[in-house]
Amino acid sequence: MIKSLRQITCGQTVTVSRVQGEGALKRRMMDMGITKGCRITVQRVAPLGDPIEVMLRGYALTLRKADAEAILVEGT
Amino acid sequence: MPITLALAGNPNCGKTTLFNALTGSTQHVGNWPGVTVEKKEGSLKGKRDVTLVDLPGIYSLSPYSPEERVSRTFLLNNNAGAVISIVDASNLERNLLLTTQLLELGIPIVVALNMMDVVEKNGGHIDAAALSRRIGCPVVPISALKGKGLKELGDTALSAAKGGIAPPPLAFDGEVETALQTIQGLIHGLVAPARERWVAIKLFERDEDILSQTALDPQQREVLANTIAACESSLDDDAVSLITDQRYRAIAHLTEGCIARAQGRPSISDSIDKVVTNRYLALPIFAVIMFLVYFLSVTTIGSMATDWVNDSLFGEFLPGALTGWLESIHCADWLISLLVDGILAGIGAVLGFLPQMLVLFFLLAVLEDSGYMARIAFILDRLFRRFGLSGKSFIPMLIGTGCGVPGIMASRTIESPADRRMTVMTTTFIPCSAKLPIIALIAGALFGGAWWVAPSAYFVGIAAIILSGILLKKTKLFAGEAAPFVMELPAYHLPGLKGVLVHMWERGKSFVKKAGTIIFLASGLVWLLSSFNWRFEMVEETQSMLADIGGVIAPLFAPLGFGDWRAAVAMVTGLVAKENVVSTFGILYGFAEVAEDGAEIWANLQAAFSPLAAYGFLVFNLLCAPCFAAIGAMKREFGSARWTLFAVGYQTGLAYTTSFCIYQLGTWISGGGFGLGTAASLVVLAGFLYLLLRPARRTPQSLATT
Repeated sequence: MIKSLRQITCGQTVTVSRVQGEGALKRRMMDMGITKGCRITVQRVAPLGDPIEVMLRGYALTLRKADAEAILVEGT
Repeated sequence: MPITLALAGNPNCGKTTLFNALTGSTQHVGNWPGVTVEKKEGSLKGKRDVTLVDLPGIYSLSPYSPEERVSRTFLLNNNAGAVISIVDASNLERNLLLTTQLLELGIPIVVALNMMDVVEKNGGHIDAAALSRRIGCPVVPISALKGKGLKELGDTALSAAKGGIAPPPLAFDGEVETALQTIQGLIHGLVAPARERWVAIKLFERDEDILSQTALDPQQREVLANTIAACESSLDDDAVSLITDQRYRAIAHLTEGCIARAQGRPSISDSIDKVVTNRYLALPIFAVIMFLVYFLSVTTIGSMATDWVNDSLFGEFLPGALTGWLESIHCADWLISLLVDGILAGIGAVLGFLPQMLVLFFLLAVLEDSGYMARIAFILDRLFRRFGLSGKSFIPMLIGTGCGVPGIMASRTIESPADRRMTVMTTTFIPCSAKLPIIALIAGALFGGAWWVAPSAYFVGIAAIILSGILLKKTKLFAGEAAPFVMELPAYHLPGLKGVLVHMWERGKSFVKKAGTIIFLASGLVWLLSSFNWRFEMVEETQSMLADIGGVIAPLFAPLGFGDWRAAVAMVTGLVAKENVVSTFGILYGFAEVAEDGAEIWANLQAAFSPLAAYGFLVFNLLCAPCFAAIGAMKREFGSARWTLFAVGYQTGLAYTTSFCIYQLGTWISGGGFGLGTAASLVVLAGFLYLLLRPARRTPQSLATT
C-alpha cells in the first residue's frame, strides 16, 4: 500500500517509491538523498508536533510534515 | 605561477576547520559579487603564490540558493586550477553527491576524506585507494581537526592543478545514460570537450541558462526535447529527479566494497537526541541552555568584563590618566576634550561591548559546533514559521538580546531570502543589552523600580516581532512560496577549543571592523555637535548645536507625550549607541556622569515625564531605528540600500505609531478626555488591526524574487 512519509509512525523504516512535487523543494529533498529506493527511518516528531526527524543514508534529516506528504513510501 | 585552488564541501563536514588549518592566519574575508554570501580566501601555508578559496558550504550545485549559484559560477568560469572536494567520511553517500557534480566540470579534483578517525574509532573502515581508483581522482584521508594528512592533501591538490587533468565524469546507466549520450552527440563541437558532460546533463535537466548559452538549431532543440520527454515518460519521473537518482546509484557503485560500516550500535548522536529533542524534555532543556547562555554572557562573566572595560578602564582609569597627563603638559581645553571625550570615548564605545560579545560568540560557537544549534531550529520551527520566520530565526533573536549587530549577522544561517529579510527586519525589536539602561532608567525614575517594566519591554519586543511577521507576510514584499525546510541534523560532537576560539575571534573582529568604524565616526560627530555651538565655540551641551537640533525635532514627539528637547537629543545620541540615551540625559540635566541606570536624574525625569509618556518613550526607543552599527549590519545583510531604508522606516513608523497609541489611548482611558489625538490614535489602531487581520494575498508567484 502506498502511503506518504507523513503517515509513518516513529520507529518504522520504509522505502521511498516516489518524490512528488517540483521546484526548489523537490530538488532539495532529492539532493539530501531522498530518492527512489532509499530506506528511511522515522525517528521522532519535534516537541511541538512538527517537523519530523528521519534517518537516511546514515545521517539525520529534519523536514516538515507538509513536505513529507510529497514523499511516497512503501513497506514497513 | 600563481595557482588558485577551491575548497568545496557540504555544511558540517569540517570544511571551515580544514580551511583554517590549510591557510593559517593568512585568510581574509570578503563578499561574493552581488550577493551577501561571505567569501573567504587565504594562501596555502608555506606557499604564498597558492590561493585557496573557501566556497560556501553547499549540498549540491543546483541553481537555487545564492550559495549554490556563486559556487557554480566561480567554478564554471575556470577560476580554480583544482578543486578540493572535502567529504565527511562518516556520512559518505550524501557528501559524495556534490563530488559527483564537481567531477563533471572538467576541473582536476582531489577528494579529501575527512573524519577518517571518527569512522575508524567507530569500528568502520574506508579503502581510500580503492575509492580513488573507482572515482578516477586522488583521494586523501585526512583529519582536519587533528591536522593529519594536510601536507599530503596540499601537495596532491597542487600537482593536480599543475597537471591539469580532469577526472572522467561518472557514467550513469540505462535509458538516462543513453539519453545523455544522444545529447552529447548533439552538442559535440558546440562546447568545450571538457564541459560536454556537464552541458549535456544541464540540458537534460532543462536548465534555461545553459540552454540559452548553447547554439542549438531548432531541429536539434526538437531532438533534445523529444529525447528528454521519451526518457521521462519511459522511467515515469522528471528529468531532474532522474539525474539525482542516477547520482546516488553511481555513488552506491563507487562505494560498494570500499566501505565497511560499523554495525549494530545505535549512534551516540541518536542517543543524545532521544533526550535532547524528547517530546517532554526538549523545551525544558532548551530553556536551561538558553538561560545558561544568557546568564554567562549577559548577567555574569560577559557583563562583568564589559562593566570593567566601560566603567573602570574607559570610564575612569584611561580618561583620568590621559586628562591628568594632558593637563600636566598644559594642553588646551578643547584638545583635551577632543582626545578624552571625543576619541577615547569613541574607542571605549566600540571596545566596551567587546568582552560581552566575545563571551556570547564563544557560547554560540560551542552551540553551533556541537550540533545543538540545528536542534534549536528543529524544536522551534513550528512556532516561528507562522510569523514568516524560520526556526533558525530564534538564533539571531537570542543573540539580539546581547547585541543586535551580531544578531543581524547571525541571520545569515537562514537559507530562504524572505525568512532572512523578515528576521533582519525584526531582530532589533528584541531589547539588546544597550537598551537595558534605558529600561532601568524609566523603571527607576517613573515606576519606582517596578518589577514588571523590564519583562514588559521584552514582551513588547516579542509582540512587535510576531505582529510584524503576521502583518508583513501578507504584503506582496514577503508573499510567495514557503521556503523548503529540509535540514540536516549534524551528528553531535565535542567542539574543539581552537575552532571555537577562531570562530569567536572572527565574529569579534568583524564586529569591531564593521560596527566599530560607524560607532566611532558617529560618536565623534555627536561629540562635535554636542560640544560646539554654530560658531564653533566650545560650549556646554545645553547651548550646543545638538541642543538646537533637538529643539527643532522635539515638536514631532509632542503627540507622544515627550516633546522635550532633551528627549529628542537623547534619541539622536541613541542612534549612535542606545546606551548613550541615559548618559545624554545625564549631561543635559547637568551631571557630568551618571550611573548606568541614571539614578542621579530620576527626579528630573519625574518632573519632565508623565508615567505614560515615559513608557511611550521607552517603547519608542525599543522599537525605533536601531543604532548606526545595527543599521550598517542590516545594510550588509540586505545587500540593498532600498531594503535597508524600508526596514528602518518600518521600524521607526511602528515605534512612532505604537508610542502614539500608548500615550493617547492611555491618557483617554485614565480619564484625560477625548481629543483629536485620541481620535487619530483610534484610526491608527483600526488600520493596524485591518492590516493584521485581513486575509492573506493569494499570489501564486513570489514577487520578491531577488
